[in-house]
Amino acid sequence: MSIPVRITINGTLRQFDLDPRMLLVHLLRDACTLTGTHVGCETGICGACTVLLDGSAVKSCTMFAVQADGAEVTTIEGLAKNGDLHPVQQGFWERHGLQCGYCTPGMIMTSVQLLSRNAKPSREEIAHGLAGNLCRCTGYSHIIDAVQYAAGMGGAR
Amino acid sequence: MYPAPFEYLRPATIDEAIALLVTHGEDAKILAGGHSLIPAMKLRLAQPRYIVDIGRIRGMSHIRETAGRIVVGAMATHDAIERSALLREKCPLLPETAGHIGDVQVRNKGTIGGSLAHADPAGDWPAAVLALDADIELAGPRGRRTVKADGFFVDLLTTATAPDEVLVEIRVPITSAKVAYEKTEQKASGFAIAGVAVVVEQGGVRVGVTGVAAKAYRAKAVERALAGQSAPTAEGIARAAALAAERVEALGDIHASPEYRLHLAEVNTARALRRAYGN
Amino acid sequence: MSAQAKKYSGQPLKRIEDPRLIKGIGTYTDDLRLPGLLHVAFVRSPHAHARVTSIDTSVAKAIKGVVAVLTGADVNEKCGVVPCAAAIPDLKLPKHTVLAGDRVYFVGHPVVVVVADDAYAARDGVDAVEVEYDPLPVVVNPEEAIKPGATLTHPDLGTNVAFTHNVNGGTDIDEAFRRADRVIKQRVYHQRLTPMPIEPRAVVASYHAGEGTMSIWSSTQVPHYLRTLLPGMIGVAENKLRIVAPEVGGGFGAKLNVYAEEALCGHLAMRLGAPVKWAESRRENATSTIHGRDQIGYYEVAVKNDGTILGLKARTIADLGSYCQLLTPAVPTLTGLVLTGCYRIPAVKMEIVGVYTHKMATDAYRGAGRPEATYLIERLMDLVAKELGLDRVDLRLKHFPAPTEFPFGTACGVTYDSGNYQGALEKARQLADWKALMSERTAARKSGRLFGVGVSTYVEICAIGPSAAMPAGGWEWGCVRVEISGKVTAITGTSPHGQGQETSFAQIVADQLGVSIEDVVVMHGDTAVAHYGRDTYGSRATVIGGTALVMCTDKIIAKAKIFAAHLLKVAPDQVAFADGQFSAPGAEKTLSLAAIAGEAYVAKNLPPGLEPGLEASSFFEIPNFTFPFGTHIVAVEIDRETGQVAIQKYVAVDDCGPQINPLLVEGQVQGGIAHSIGQALFEQTVYDENGQLLTGEFMDYAMPRATDIPEYILGHTVTPSPTNPLGIKGVGEAGTIGATPAVANAVIDALESLGVTHLDMPLTPERVWRAIHQRTVATV
Repeated sequence: MSIPVRITINGTLRQFDLDPRMLLVHLLRDACTLTGTHVGCETGICGACTVLLDGSAVKSCTMFAVQADGAEVTTIEGLAKNGDLHPVQQGFWERHGLQCGYCTPGMIMTSVQLLSRNAKPSREEIAHGLAGNLCRCTGYSHIIDAVQYAAGMGGAR
Repeated sequence: MYPAPFEYLRPATIDEAIALLVTHGEDAKILAGGHSLIPAMKLRLAQPRYIVDIGRIRGMSHIRETAGRIVVGAMATHDAIERSALLREKCPLLPETAGHIGDVQVRNKGTIGGSLAHADPAGDWPAAVLALDADIELAGPRGRRTVKADGFFVDLLTTATAPDEVLVEIRVPITSAKVAYEKTEQKASGFAIAGVAVVVEQGGVRVGVTGVAAKAYRAKAVERALAGQSAPTAEGIARAAALAAERVEALGDIHASPEYRLHLAEVNTARALRRAYGN
Repeated sequence: MSAQAKKYSGQPLKRIEDPRLIKGIGTYTDDLRLPGLLHVAFVRSPHAHARVTSIDTSVAKAIKGVVAVLTGADVNEKCGVVPCAAAIPDLKLPKHTVLAGDRVYFVGHPVVVVVADDAYAARDGVDAVEVEYDPLPVVVNPEEAIKPGATLTHPDLGTNVAFTHNVNGGTDIDEAFRRADRVIKQRVYHQRLTPMPIEPRAVVASYHAGEGTMSIWSSTQVPHYLRTLLPGMIGVAENKLRIVAPEVGGGFGAKLNVYAEEALCGHLAMRLGAPVKWAESRRENATSTIHGRDQIGYYEVAVKNDGTILGLKARTIADLGSYCQLLTPAVPTLTGLVLTGCYRIPAVKMEIVGVYTHKMATDAYRGAGRPEATYLIERLMDLVAKELGLDRVDLRLKHFPAPTEFPFGTACGVTYDSGNYQGALEKARQLADWKALMSERTAARKSGRLFGVGVSTYVEICAIGPSAAMPAGGWEWGCVRVEISGKVTAITGTSPHGQGQETSFAQIVADQLGVSIEDVVVMHGDTAVAHYGRDTYGSRATVIGGTALVMCTDKIIAKAKIFAAHLLKVAPDQVAFADGQFSAPGAEKTLSLAAIAGEAYVAKNLPPGLEPGLEASSFFEIPNFTFPFGTHIVAVEIDRETGQVAIQKYVAVDDCGPQINPLLVEGQVQGGIAHSIGQALFEQTVYDENGQLLTGEFMDYAMPRATDIPEYILGHTVTPSPTNPLGIKGVGEAGTIGATPAVANAVIDALESLGVTHLDMPLTPERVWRAIHQRTVATV
């Protein structure tokens, strides 16, 4: 049994007929070929799959796509506008906030929400805000630098 | 990573949801925020035949003051509770506890009702609702009923909610700022190894403990030891806190032995009491 | 090496590879979409040891979307065994078939493979396969496993001992212990860890039946090893096999291997005539991708009362798990190479016993054998200092070789290339504000706080390695081509997966050739492009791979000079090259490299006897390992009530020689320290007595989060290595090696007043609390 679903993905309204068991992350990756959203675990811990759902950071592996019916989803691919990097993306580049890059899209999406709620976060607040995103490469310090850099650029945009 | 097939049902009202639960019985599972259910389904530890998604029912995520009580809809997210100005002023234990749950993304999607209904022995909410002596409102085919938090948690992952009932609302008293939640986290998952919530009221205190035993519990021995005291001494608090795990059979796993859990129950009770009393 | 001005090397340039990654448009293996792609999933053993009594695939085969369900009986005769490349004499190897045969030997052992149209159907198929097991006795404790009459991991081997390796070096060990005033002994358990890259493994295989060619994309660190070893498993010749490592989401050694799933995907693509993909789940990653560490050691140090260390005896029991993966038995032998650390210790005797148990194989995890050695020697130095009442820093200084004594031969049989251990230690003390820190320690203790300071000085083995020490070549290959347009393509046989060599190699090549870094493209990770290579592990890529590229540029410049001489009508030895320009005294003009490249490919005016084109390839064979070193200083405070450890200060001074890109070096060090903090304080892989893995998800395997990390205070000293023209040493594992003992030593120092002299890692709150609690109770 498939369910008709309408989701605005990176600004474009899309319609799907979905098997209800399909997770949002699989809809994005497979049906929309937006493969920047990654899967790192099965238990909603790692945060590599983080996207914005109506502006809030959520783990797209812990949501059925049918639950997003009527919502607006922003993925990492939808963050840069007219070819300009989002300040958070710029910050990750400037401050070497990534190595292998696998956790990075999720890390960036969570940071975008963080700065949208707190324009000038302290290092502690950033660390707390990113507690739902695991990185195994960087040791986090450069990631915190990156978010501070973005905050200095006007953050959320 | 790939849940088993199921039939997806999306009721528009609570009554519709109840009707679906009545029809499908034990084969149906309510989907709220999904943060307990969906991981279990991905690991195929849960394979319900019917999913009743109550996410579209209106009027289930309210946070308001009604008749001198605070009322929180079951579908209020942890994040909404954490950031509620009303709760920060009138029931600060709820936002404080919410801030300890999972992470930002989990709080954005997870709900208080879903968490309570799941009754994970290491969940954070049970400690808070016990300490607040919350009324938990259930709706079912026989109408509505209210269960006291103290009677709500029956056993590991088991509550007083019947299979055909929906948890709709939590009602708690307005409190002063004399509250505290002290928690030791399981390092990997962020769940509680020992979480203690304290609410100090005129003439007494209520203490809720989670993470330590198969179900969250009221530390009534602690409450009795402090009854009638508005400003207990440090020694008094220490003596009372030592009763936090009286007659409790503690859980043990790779993250904490029963002995350590019992010890942390005492430590976190003392810490929460000191903070709540301003001692 | 040419005398070029260094415009880029040494600069903290931001990375060339980042834009695609921060935009989410990089391509990891699981991102590949091929027409007709089938999805692979595995039925894995829930038992640590069992006989497989029956397999019923009929229901699974009937599931909508399921294409094939195959068992060991279907594939094991057609696929070669999973290889072990470690050259250990008399190694006893069980036959490691790609799927289990009639027995399973660890939880997660693949038993049946299911192929379906999509990943959901494949998972449905897995659930529908019925396997009956007859559970057999299990052995999980390696010390139990070597006792007489122990349950055998592989009954057909007749023993659980895979090998015994002896290190006997330096002066006479018995004499050293006879001369000792005291012998200090300690048992140390170095816990099992799971590497847990955030990207699990993934494989895509596609077979072109017409050409007989196979392409395999894998989330691997070692595409060239796969190209060498998979032909023996899948029957496709090396020159018909292309391996691609696309973006790889972290490795840490977990992807330095040849896995059954890689061969099976290749086999299935051929067998089914369709491309296939397998994307590992996190649980599979935890159960069935290699683990690291897991050594139990018994150590004895012979000392004089003045602190002079005369000798070191060790017996190490290394838990290999149930199979030898690619380098499993070699890892503990690396421990034997740097057991003496930074110190002059004249006599060493070490026995390493590799033991099979019913667990996943251990293999190279970041540091691979050296973290174990460093942890041991650094713990032992603290124990010796404590026992003799000496200052632990003075004791270390006393045993450092002087900077003038390098190259320094050790009793472990290696020769340290260069070093200034005193310099790094002093710099670390300076950055830590040592005097103030020690005053704080004194004051804290007076007020009853559990405050500790830990020091670790380390030396490690990088640039792995000289071919003589490697199973199949330790050289590295590179190719540099100046294109007709003047653009420069540099191809490396290393396989970066986050280390940033697209940037650091571009810095090296641009400086060598005097071109703009924007004109340089670094390619890697595809055996169709990088024909030869020995890939990325063992902190080798920049040292060996970077040098191979330098050799290429030297050849290009030499050839370009001949072109320039011809065009400028001067003798070749009159041509000078600087800043990308070729000039000669008296010549009217200078020629750019691009101009010469144009001439070289148009080829209408070739110097006599010279081939067209401007391209060179090189193999660099390094004459010795490199030995980076440093000092880490950590301050911690322990919550007496809960045992919770809080890191108050973290100082690291690392010397990896000259830095090509300091920003990337800093990233490597910080990331390595995070792994170390994890190991020291909370990470551990736990199996229960039945061989069930209890840390199979991120819910149970604790890794550092952003909130666990202190602010790092980092410094460096620069001691060039004589082994390579860049003088560099490698840095990928330094943090992981230097930091673990520093953190552990700090925690144990904080517990000094309670009489604690040693605790095994991880120093979880409960373990620390127990140490406090037991001693407090005992003294009451």
